[in-house]
Amino acid sequence: MSEKDKAVSNPSRRNFVKTGAALAGTAIVGGIVGNLIGGKQVVEKETEKVVEQSVQYTSAMMFFTDPNDLKVIEAAAERIYPETEEGPGAKALGVAYYIDHQLAGAWGNNVKEYHVGPFYETEAVPEQGYQTRMKRNEVFVSGIELLRNEAQSRYQKKFDELAKEEQIAILQDVEADKVKLHGTAPASYFFRLLKQATIEGVYADPMYGGNKDMQGWKMKKYPGANTSQYAKVVDQDKFVEIQPESLNKHMM
Amino acid sequence: MAKTLPKVDVVVVGVGWGGGIISSELTKAGLKVVGLEKGKPRTTADYFMSHDELRYSQRYESMADMANGRTVTFRHDMKKRALPYREWGSFLIGEGLGGSGMHWNGQTYRFLPEDFQLKSEIIKKYGEKKMPEGMQVEDWGITWDEIEPYFEKWEAMAGVSGEQDPHPAAVKRKKDYPNPPMKETPVTKMFKEAATKLGYHPYHMPSSNLSQQYTNPDGIARAACQYCAFCERFGCEFGAKADPVVTVIPVAQKTGNFELRTYSQVTRILHKDGKASGVLYVDLKTGEEFIQEADVVVVTTYVIENTRLLLLSKLGVPYDPTTGKGVVGRNYTYQVYLGNAYGFFDDKEFNLYAGAGALGAQIDDFNGLRFDHSDLNFLHGATIHITQLGDRPILNNHVPEGTPAWGEDFKKQSLKYANSTLVIKAQGASLPFRDNYLDLDPTYKDAVGDPLLRMTFNWKEQDRALSKFMGEKAAEIMKAMGANKVNQGGKNVKDYDIRNYQSTHMNGGTTMGNDPSMSVVNPWLQMWDAENVFVVGAGNFQHNSGYNPTATVAALAYRAAEGILKYREKGGSLV
Ligand SMILES: Cc1cc2nc3c(=O)[nH]c(=O)nc-3n(C[C@H](O)[C@H](O)[C@H](O)COP(=O)(O)OP(=O)(O)OC[C@H]3O[C@@H](n4cnc5c(N)ncnc54)[C@H](O)[C@@H]3O)c2cc1C
Ligand code: SF4
Repeated sequence: MSEKDKAVSNPSRRNFVKTGAALAGTAIVGGIVGNLIGGKQVVEKETEKVVEQSVQYTSAMMFFTDPNDLKVIEAAAERIYPETEEGPGAKALGVAYYIDHQLAGAWGNNVKEYHVGPFYETEAVPEQGYQTRMKRNEVFVSGIELLRNEAQSRYQKKFDELAKEEQIAILQDVEADKVKLHGTAPASYFFRLLKQATIEGVYADPMYGGNKDMQGWKMKKYPGANTSQYAKVVDQDKFVEIQPESLNKHMM
Repeated sequence: MAKTLPKVDVVVVGVGWGGGIISSELTKAGLKVVGLEKGKPRTTADYFMSHDELRYSQRYESMADMANGRTVTFRHDMKKRALPYREWGSFLIGEGLGGSGMHWNGQTYRFLPEDFQLKSEIIKKYGEKKMPEGMQVEDWGITWDEIEPYFEKWEAMAGVSGEQDPHPAAVKRKKDYPNPPMKETPVTKMFKEAATKLGYHPYHMPSSNLSQQYTNPDGIARAACQYCAFCERFGCEFGAKADPVVTVIPVAQKTGNFELRTYSQVTRILHKDGKASGVLYVDLKTGEEFIQEADVVVVTTYVIENTRLLLLSKLGVPYDPTTGKGVVGRNYTYQVYLGNAYGFFDDKEFNLYAGAGALGAQIDDFNGLRFDHSDLNFLHGATIHITQLGDRPILNNHVPEGTPAWGEDFKKQSLKYANSTLVIKAQGASLPFRDNYLDLDPTYKDAVGDPLLRMTFNWKEQDRALSKFMGEKAAEIMKAMGANKVNQGGKNVKDYDIRNYQSTHMNGGTTMGNDPSMSVVNPWLQMWDAENVFVVGAGNFQHNSGYNPTATVAALAYRAAEGILKYREKGGSLV
């Protein structure tokens, strides 16, 4: 066993919650530890559960209607974050489903944003931020159409059937605005969203549908929501690898 | 028709840091205070799902809902059309109980003595000519000796953890910080060693993340920081971060003199003949309008909304950049946070997943007027710091210069350096210029039909030169720390870019001073144009220093509270 494999054992967050509660005993307002004492989060017994390879119920479409659209996004995301010797790429991590779910919700619909006209798309300078009237999910729909058309006209194939290099060449042109998106957003805006969403899908908590089995975190040696050891390791010289936990663990 | 509610002693508009502090001080003194907060209520129980980077950091869970028009429009100069800031980028505006105090980092600085007399000090040291055309720095109408006790009060309340700045020009603290500095980590240690070797004066960043368990003078006990790294943009479930929700607000509530109304958005300050009678607000859940009458109106809705409320209420003279006359909206400044150095270490791994919002080390050698500007084409300066905030994986994917921004090489490099990239940043002062200002937008409106605030702002030669200089200093230290590769930032600053997060350190618009022709409030934060209206926040700053703003905002809030009590006694102008 290497030094790093002897990872810090993995006391559950609720153990910290218990010790934290003692600390905050005198508090008028003590942070959440105080609030949890009477709550169901503090349980005395922890039953070990066998984690089975379960069905990935999140792998279905909420936004896209045609599985072929999902395939284009999956292929494009894989080029942004490909499988390497370090570990899985976007495809195996479930990033396409992550993106689909995000496009169905608040982000895809620009819900918490000031999406009010008038829109001056051509007058705006980039430093003023996005000014398109298109919602993000509409930008993705146009983006997929663009990738598909480019694949067809350049290689007479589907985007997801192209060779890596061919896909990269198209994406580079999208990134550099050498091709045009149907609508009022530049192609580079689509690329920026695609890249952002891909990185999110790799590293966001698995509850959102990507980062399958926390493998994104594992590649970075990132502990996820498991921060209970941090006060002990933050000042250590040696790198300490901590087993990741997802937020789901907080609910148990 | 708005329903009029019985008159109270004081109505506080916006319950974040400023509103929380003032409410707590006034209710302790026995006044009846109503707090109107447009956002939702909060307790630490609401921080249970805090460790979610996507929700809080990328999707801005704690920030204002822009869809209701809680945003600004922006343009680089007066000739252009301002367009809405449609998604969060350069700065974030908090909303709900505690305001941005709920999710701030806790980097907690006193401004420098010279900041409060900047104009006089610059003239004294370099002469009037040193200030470029259009720069309009001012004195703040308050001296260091006057403001220092309020800093002390704030630090005791928040439990600031820190140590004396060792620079020979630094003011000697009368009292130690209430708590020792946060932990020394390999990262802060390397920075300090390198900075010392270069002849600078490093010390630990003062922090409102508690280094140990602490009970403050109000009897509020809080647990020590767990270095959980979900700090900036997140609420602290341990109560270790000073947050109005766990400090001043419960203190106000315990007095029995505080009535908090959430989901209550104030739309006007009602006034006649130089006196306010109260405020008009809307209950966002019912749509009902109310008039809350009060003897004193306190405006603490943060920089943007403080300025907008005055303009909408036609209180104070709006600033006109063409004539230079008027005051509301004048001297909008920001923070020049562009000089930096990213260092990549080939054979070192640090525990960078762990950290805290205000864990770091810094040098103040190049801040304020501590160094010689004679041969430089900028004034003031920056503090240069390394922080260990905890590198959350979506936000932090640093790669050495020359690496592609996506694809195989990007993935490999970003993984290789995930725990091996250190960042030094220079937090630069922002000085006011005649044509950087705030007014009402002619086109875009919020959900209740009021105009958005319009921001006209761009970097000047001052900012570009400062960024370049500070980037060089940051890189010098990073190299001395032994980084194998260094990306140096700040070399080539062009136009202000509202897309990229820089800092939520906006200032000005409701400035303070001794002269009503260049300030909205007097040195007690009392409006020149309405004696019973007190406007408090970073909007009072005549410029921004090379520090985060909140300790200075808080000091001014404590001073305003004292001013309000004085005003209750004797009435009239306090100066
Ligand atoms: C991510 C982030 C990190 C930060 N880190 C630091 C740091 O490390 N150090 C530092 O010094 N500062 C930091 N700051 C800045 C700090 O949070 C602010 O300086 C501080 O919160 C300002 O206090 P305030 O009372 O002026 O405003 P806020 O705390 O924002 O409170 C204003 C309140 O007014 C309410 N409001 C607004 N409009 C209305 C209306 N019309 N009617 C009723 N209520 C209204 C808002 O909902 C809000 O609750 C940070 C800010 C952000 C966003
Ligand atoms: S880093 Fe410390 S202060 Fe910040 S949220 Fe975590 S425990 Fe609280």
